[in-house]
Amino acid sequence: MINIVWAIVFVLVAPLIGGLIAGIDRKITAHMQGRVGPSILQPFWDVGKLFEKENAVVNETQHFYAVCYVVFMAFTGALFFAGGNILLVIFALTLAAIFLVLGAYAANSPYSYVGAERELLQIMAYEPMVILAAVGLYVATGSFNVSDIAATTEPVILLIPGIFLGLLYILTIKLRKSPFDISTSHHAHQEIVKGVTTEFSGPSLGWIEITHWYETVFLLGFVYLFFAFNPLLGIAAVIVVYLLEIFIDNTNARVKWQLALKSSWLIAAVAGVVNLAALYLFYGGAA
Amino acid sequence: MTYLAKSPWIIHYDASSCNGCDIEVLACLTPMYDVERFGIINTGNPKHADIFVVTGSINEKNREVVRNIYDQMPRPNVVVAVGICACSGGVFRECYNVAGGIDKVIPVDVYVPGCAARPESIIDGIVTALGVLEEKRTKMVLDEEKKEHHRHAGMHPEHISQTGDAP
Repeated sequence: MINIVWAIVFVLVAPLIGGLIAGIDRKITAHMQGRVGPSILQPFWDVGKLFEKENAVVNETQHFYAVCYVVFMAFTGALFFAGGNILLVIFALTLAAIFLVLGAYAANSPYSYVGAERELLQIMAYEPMVILAAVGLYVATGSFNVSDIAATTEPVILLIPGIFLGLLYILTIKLRKSPFDISTSHHAHQEIVKGVTTEFSGPSLGWIEITHWYETVFLLGFVYLFFAFNPLLGIAAVIVVYLLEIFIDNTNARVKWQLALKSSWLIAAVAGVVNLAALYLFYGGAA
Repeated sequence: MTYLAKSPWIIHYDASSCNGCDIEVLACLTPMYDVERFGIINTGNPKHADIFVVTGSINEKNREVVRNIYDQMPRPNVVVAVGICACSGGVFRECYNVAGGIDKVIPVDVYVPGCAARPESIIDGIVTALGVLEEKRTKMVLDEEKKEHHRHAGMHPEHISQTGDAP
């Protein structure tokens, strides 16, 4: 059931794909703003640069948490692509996110603290919807195992479109895109210093960037599951979803955390729960 | 060429004086000049930055601030003084509260004169700074190797005496 080859492929290849996605993202963003923009290899140069810098950590635990963040994010994605249990994948994802928060709290800095608290609020905002997505996939396909969900012939997206919409909504939070880039942002000068990453520098910050690449690939894999009955459609959907995220990022100003939290819970409660209830009532669960 | 020169992140601090150069630095980030095409990002966080861009002169109030920002930057890093006030104090150098250029407090690597400095000359100054950054990186690596070498050399006589005692 668990395919170790896919896990290894993910750990090795995901940073390359994730970095390339980040580079294309920056290029498209620049074109949307009427700029030329950097090379699409720029994210790799940035991270290479960060590893050339001095590792000026505030204390040793801070660097440890940054490394834990990347290890558990790689584990999350590896488990997902190996076809493991999607609930365990989600728990590992939460654990990884918590390590980033702990790393931010490890430094005695008000900016870092504000970022850590906002990151916790973001976790609160997206977590219910992520769990609902797992439950929705189970009801639609009859299995919690990613390997079974990916191999299904059911048109999952037609059974749980509400849950897919909810997942799209929180995807903006997870990818750190405006309007929900509350705890830290890829754009300069939009942040109280730099939020959750304020106190990370050099190699530690490099690890956090690589983690973000892992996370991007994992999340796009999650999106693919909704279209897994037709691989070509799935890949097309992943590309369209990411382009949509870039578009949203460039056309929205950041919102306050209250709105981010309330709206994502509302979407989860309405689109997610109603979709799930309807599926039970009229369909009785698939498989 | 190292990655450093391909991804210079800057922190910009506006010290005293008229803010003209400050506005020219921001002009570099607009679509007209678009410094991001060189990988230059204005981070706003000293811990993420490689290049410290300072406009305006040192006065008694910002002396500590400039020092503090410089100290928080991870090495290797460089300082670019943008505008004549940052270079020497400019027209404000005789003021009772002005100490002079940025080099009164921290070592400056590149001086960009002008009142106000043009975006083209600011970009040129930063590109010059990349060369200095690379030099500093090479020196840092060499120092590290030398330190390592000395450590091994220091251990060597001990090693000999231990083996000498054995028989």
